[in-house]
Amino acid sequence: MTRVARRRVSTGVLAAGVLLVAVVLAGVVSFYADSDPDGLTKVSQDQGFAQTETEHATSDGPFAGYSADFVGDDRLSGGLAGVVGVVVVLALAGGLAFVVRRRGRADETVDSA
Amino acid sequence: MHVPDGFLDAPTSVGTGVVAVAAVAVALRGARRELDDRTAPLAGLVAAFVFAVQMLNFPVASGTSGHLMGGALAAVLVGPYTAVLCTSTVFIVQALLFADGGITALGTNIVLMGLTTTLVGWAVFRALQTVLPKRLSSVAPAAGVAAFVSVPVAALLFVALYAIGGTADLSLSTLATAMVGVHVLIGIGEGVITALAVASIVAVRPDLVYGARRVMAVRELEVRTTGAAA
Repeated sequence: MTRVARRRVSTGVLAAGVLLVAVVLAGVVSFYADSDPDGLTKVSQDQGFAQTETEHATSDGPFAGYSADFVGDDRLSGGLAGVVGVVVVLALAGGLAFVVRRRGRADETVDSA
Repeated sequence: MHVPDGFLDAPTSVGTGVVAVAAVAVALRGARRELDDRTAPLAGLVAAFVFAVQMLNFPVASGTSGHLMGGALAAVLVGPYTAVLCTSTVFIVQALLFADGGITALGTNIVLMGLTTTLVGWAVFRALQTVLPKRLSSVAPAAGVAAFVSVPVAALLFVALYAIGGTADLSLSTLATAMVGVHVLIGIGEGVITALAVASIVAVRPDLVYGARRVMAVRELEVRTTGAAA
C-alpha cells in the first residue's frame, strides 16, 4: 500500500488535470482533427444514401458544426465551440451525478454491481 | 457514427427514442449505487473528456475518419449505469448545441453509441477480468479490448436498425460489410484511446476507477493477510 500512497494524487488535482486535458483537446487539438467524413458518413456516400439526410433543426444555431458563427477566425471559432461544449457537458453531467449520488462513501458496495 | 435526421424512418426513430428514455431512467436509478461523494466528481469530468475526445477525428482509411464513442471508457471509469448518463449527456449536447447527430435521431444515437458501447464494453471487460490476473495492470488492457469490440457491434446494430426502418432500399449485406469493415478500424482507435485514458487514471488514483474496485478489494485483503502473518 505504501507504493500506492506515495503516488496518490488528490481528487482535486486529478479533477483539474482531467479538465485541463479536456479543454486543451477540445479547444486546441480539435483544430488538427481529420476533417474527412466519419465511418457512417463515408459508407452513406459510397452506398448512395447520404442524400436521405434531412435538414438539421438546429443547424443555424450559434455553435452548429462546432464553430462559433460570431467569430471569424477558424481556429478561435472551433476552439471556442469546443471549450463551450466541455463546460456545458461538465455542468450537466456533473450536476446530474451530484443529484443522484449517495451521500457518504460507497466503499462497501464492491459486489453490488 | 452520429446518425443524422432522415436515415431512419419515424417509427424506428420513435422506437429507439423510447429505448433511450427507458435506458436513461434505469441508469438514473442504477447510478445511485455507483456514485458517492468521492466518485461523483469524476462522472462529470468523464463526460466532458468523452465530449472533447469525440471532436478528435482520426484517419482510419483513405478519405475516412473515426472518433471515440466512449461507452466502454466511461463504464470502466465510473460504472456502466453512470456511463449511460455520461454518454447520453454528450449526445444531447452535441445534437442540440452543435447540430451533430439528428434531433429525431437522438434516441438512435444514444442507443447505438451510448447504450450499446457501454453494455458491450462492460460485458467484455467483466468477462476479461475473470480470466486475466487480478492485478491493476490488467485493467487498462481489458478496457482497451472491450472498447475495441464495442464499436463494430454498434455498427452492426445500426445495420439492424436500417433493416427495420432505413429510408433507402439497400443491400443489407453490403451495408453490413461496409459498416463493420470501417468500424473495426475505428474500434482500434477506440481501444487505444480507452486503454491509455484508463491506464492514466489507474496510475494515479486506482481507488477511483470503478472497473478496478474488485482488484483493489483483493489487493487490500492480500496486504492484510501478509501483515497478519508477519
